[in-house]
Amino acid sequence: MPTANSKLSTVFEKREQQITDQWLEQQQATGRKLTAAEREQANRQSREFVRSLRSALERDSSGEISGADWAGIRDFLADLSSRRAKDGYSPIETASFVLSLKQPLFMALRGEFGSDAAALADEVWLATLLLDKLGLLTTETFQKAREEVIQRQQKELMELSTPVVRLWENILALPLIGTLDSARTQVVMQNLLEAIVQTRSDYAIIDITGVPVVDTLVAQHLLKTVAAARLMGADCLISGIRPQIAQTIIHLGVDLSDVTTKATLADAFELALRRSGHKVVRQETAAAASAPVR
Amino acid sequence: MERIPILKMGDFLLVTIQVDMHDRLAMTLQDDLTAQIVKSRVHGVLIDISALEIVDSFIGRMLASIASMARLLDAETVVVGMQPAVAITLVELGLPMKGIRTALDVEKGMMALRGAILEAGQEGDASSIR
Repeated sequence: MPTANSKLSTVFEKREQQITDQWLEQQQATGRKLTAAEREQANRQSREFVRSLRSALERDSSGEISGADWAGIRDFLADLSSRRAKDGYSPIETASFVLSLKQPLFMALRGEFGSDAAALADEVWLATLLLDKLGLLTTETFQKAREEVIQRQQKELMELSTPVVRLWENILALPLIGTLDSARTQVVMQNLLEAIVQTRSDYAIIDITGVPVVDTLVAQHLLKTVAAARLMGADCLISGIRPQIAQTIIHLGVDLSDVTTKATLADAFELALRRSGHKVVRQETAAAASAPVR
Repeated sequence: MERIPILKMGDFLLVTIQVDMHDRLAMTLQDDLTAQIVKSRVHGVLIDISALEIVDSFIGRMLASIASMARLLDAETVVVGMQPAVAITLVELGLPMKGIRTALDVEKGMMALRGAILEAGQEGDASSIR
């Protein structure tokens, strides 16, 4: 078999130009509408692919694509499919970049072996195996690139959803939105502690209005955050406890008695202001002052 | 022998831990600090751990016991300047150090100490009247 396979590289050597031209034609016919720049890029990529495929076949014709001689072409395909994943190509479009090479290649083989049916069948089989492997490789890298995108978005979402807001000169608020899991608690805790150091705050209000469910685990995460903030010398208040959640917490037997809790953020803010020695007074306007006179 | 310096600043003692703590050093610090509290008759101790990158359960317990010892000698203890990473580690270790007063930095720690001593003094007066 390996000796028969070496013919593949001779076919490429003889008919590289023909294969490339037919392949490009076919890509244009079957693929989606491309702009002039995109077509130019696709042509360049195709030529490069054929060139590197040919040189890889010359060096290693065993049909295995995991060898060192195939590293160049693997890198090329990985780069191509991850770029296509980011540009919004579908997996089919990406895989058919390689798979559409089959037809021109088979035509070239037919031209080469014309009458020798057995040799032609062998060569076609080998070429199919090879191109299938390369096609699968593109799909795999495509998937990987997509997963990377998802992971990056998850991370961004996590950072976005844990802002620390400064309410007053020494009072911070931490409006939590969404479920709290261990990973998020870690981020929340870190952000809060860093903000405490930065703003030299004495009070931190954790608002859980946006937390849909509070179970024992979430409560434990909250208590951990409160304890960590206390170690940094800041007092923590928890606000935004909905009636439903108050009931759940008590039914679960979670002990929140060490923490000051308030029903609304406004109440917690007022308490923090009072504790830090501030007072909110309504200013008497001209209208309010004149109203009782009339 | 290596020692952690204890500085007297007005009515308080200031202990700044700059090196990695090990068992021997911690015991020496306990000895020195309790002796110093009695000798200089202070009512407040500030322990600055802002230079400590690693605090394990041993040092956590040591800080707690120093605070209790100082309280027996009528002195309030405030631990100041804990790094965020250290705070997270201690909480994850299950050592929230409930008995210890904490503050963000030495300045805030002094303010907290003044408040605490005032409070303790008032309580003491009240009990002596009774």
